[in-house]
Amino acid sequence: MTISSTRPGRARLVGLTASAAAVVLLASACGSTGSGASAAPKDFSYLSVVENTTVKTTLTTLSQGACTTQNTALPLKVDTVPQTGLDQKLQLLAGQGALPVQFAAGSAPALTNQLFKSGKVANLEDELTKLGVYDQLQPAAVSTIQALYDGKVAVLPYEYNIEGIFFNKKLFAEHGLSTPKTWDELVTTAGKLQDAGVQPFAASGQQGWPLTRLISGYLYRSLGPFAMDHIASGKAKLTDPEYVAAAAKVADLGKKGYFGQGVGSIDYDTAMNQFLSGKAGMFYMGSWALSNIADAKQDTVGAENIGFMPFPAVADGKGSIDQYPSNVGLPIALNSKTFDAKTGDWVKCIAQNYGSTALKDQGTISGFKVNTPVPDKNAVTKQVRETIDASKQNVLWFEALFSTKATTVSQSNAASLVTGSTSPEKFMQLVQDAQSGQ
Amino acid sequence: MHRVLGDRRAIMILVGPALLVYSLIMIVPMVWSLGYAFTTGNAIDGFTWSGLENFRHLFSDSAVQSSLWFTVKYAVVVTIGQVLAGYGLALLYTFYLKRASAFIRTLVFFPVVLPTVAVGLLFQKFFQVAPQTGPVNSLLNMVGIGSIDWFGSSGSAFWVLVIMDIWRSMGFYAVLLFAGLLDIPEEVLESARLDGASGPRLIRHIILPLSFPVLMSSVIFSINGTLKVFDSVVALTNGGPGNSTTPLTLYMFQTSFTYSEYGYGSAIALLLTVLCLLVTLVVFRVSRRDLTKG
Repeated sequence: MTISSTRPGRARLVGLTASAAAVVLLASACGSTGSGASAAPKDFSYLSVVENTTVKTTLTTLSQGACTTQNTALPLKVDTVPQTGLDQKLQLLAGQGALPVQFAAGSAPALTNQLFKSGKVANLEDELTKLGVYDQLQPAAVSTIQALYDGKVAVLPYEYNIEGIFFNKKLFAEHGLSTPKTWDELVTTAGKLQDAGVQPFAASGQQGWPLTRLISGYLYRSLGPFAMDHIASGKAKLTDPEYVAAAAKVADLGKKGYFGQGVGSIDYDTAMNQFLSGKAGMFYMGSWALSNIADAKQDTVGAENIGFMPFPAVADGKGSIDQYPSNVGLPIALNSKTFDAKTGDWVKCIAQNYGSTALKDQGTISGFKVNTPVPDKNAVTKQVRETIDASKQNVLWFEALFSTKATTVSQSNAASLVTGSTSPEKFMQLVQDAQSGQ
Repeated sequence: MHRVLGDRRAIMILVGPALLVYSLIMIVPMVWSLGYAFTTGNAIDGFTWSGLENFRHLFSDSAVQSSLWFTVKYAVVVTIGQVLAGYGLALLYTFYLKRASAFIRTLVFFPVVLPTVAVGLLFQKFFQVAPQTGPVNSLLNMVGIGSIDWFGSSGSAFWVLVIMDIWRSMGFYAVLLFAGLLDIPEEVLESARLDGASGPRLIRHIILPLSFPVLMSSVIFSINGTLKVFDSVVALTNGGPGNSTTPLTLYMFQTSFTYSEYGYGSAIALLLTVLCLLVTLVVFRVSRRDLTKG
């Protein structure tokens, strides 16, 4: 081959070389999407969210106690991101084949299901059975996980929560109120508190989900435990009159001012503080709040003055008040590519010890068995634990089976629903459209 | 110097590295993003060709329509506010405060250097209704008006956002336009005054035409900046209540990174690029008009 030494020939050669170099650069810069090949992990890396401190604190305790040997072989390494950035981070890490050994599951189960189907998340039923510790999971927690993740055990239940309404027994007694059993009684009770100058409900409109939980609570009581499954399967639409009626009932509470002023600006911690400082009479929340209730610094009302009641019944409803909304708190998935023997040792140790450690140190109920008996910190914790043990049928929450988009739309519009900026019909239409992919 | 700049090889050596870096970090991602606009999928499952589906969706998506309307409304109102406030301040510096303007200029410019998130938090506290009553609502209460939930309705949230963005950027436009006004020869102003022009007539017929080029630059800066607004919205309202203060940029971000629809997010990005281009062309066209003839 001869190389042209003429000026146009040289220019062409320079151009070709530059183009080739650019292609190589581009390929090296942009071409790597990660092979996702398995590699022995160097540490027991754990990606969590900033907002949740329970799991990382308990894991750290285990790493220095019951799981010291496992921690020496594979040291625990905790990383956190804000909850709002978690899904984005997981998608990017998954795309690069760089997921950590353990990570908080996405905000909506849809993302974890997607990761599971693509083989990036370990099947924990298989792995825990191989390790001989599958029986360490509470059956109720397993059934909740399977309901969320297409029948698979895709996550570990570091928390197991039921939800209901915590109420200030002292305030109720002062105003001669008894525990409401039906929705109408709940509304009457709220009205009496409002008239007495007490804010009836503390709720975070900034987060949105504490408000949408009330909608699903009403739906489960009025339409029965399959109310939201029918939406997920397409048998019913959120715009159907009986579904809109539930949103209208919650919007009515807002219209009457029962959530207090500026509910859209109230964040989770402020709402918790309003209730635990006695400024609000009732607080719809999950049993994870027991750790806040047990903390005397936060709870100035006193744990002995706080009661727990199920979401009330709806007249002529198909649901029952002993069907509790349940969840597995901040569920944690495990990377299938890094699940080797050392990771297995860690998981085995967690399965055997996490339940009692979390309950003893954090006052948190997990989906693991409590192998070392722990006395209950207060009456309300005892009541919730007994309720969990006695609970026969659990239901999910409003957004549990929604897409990420529908979850975001639902939670970001919840405050507008209760402030009256968005009508119940419009709210349900927005969420339904997002769910239908419009 | 002429020999060096007349030599193509020298030009390539001098400009080539910068051009290559610019191409890699600007042109390639743009082309790449354009390519994504014709696909569906995500980083986990991979991407598949979907033709014009994303663009069809773009025209039927009510969220795009509301974001587009918000973006245009916000850009027009804030641009007018920023440039008018900036021009007013610049006139104040030049013709009233004169040499004593340095301290005021510094004060007015100060919000420009503050981080947007800090300004957002400041305004959140200013207009707060709960858990504490903010200064604005306290003032309203003092004169017998009840507290307003400023961030609870789309109308009031929009105006708080507008006030915040005009406040934090008017100092920049004031300095920019002040520099333009300083360029007007004193003799021209003096002869106009001798001819009897003063006040609004002096501004309309002498100052405005002579400062028109820098005024146009300010409008182009402002309109392009406001069409791409993101950080101040995220810091103050996060697009709420609902999605009533969600600009195209935020919707694009949510679509791509929260909903994991990268292809559709790229289509929204393309819409935004076209919008910026069209608005800039319109502004350039308007700027060709000679104000001295009007």
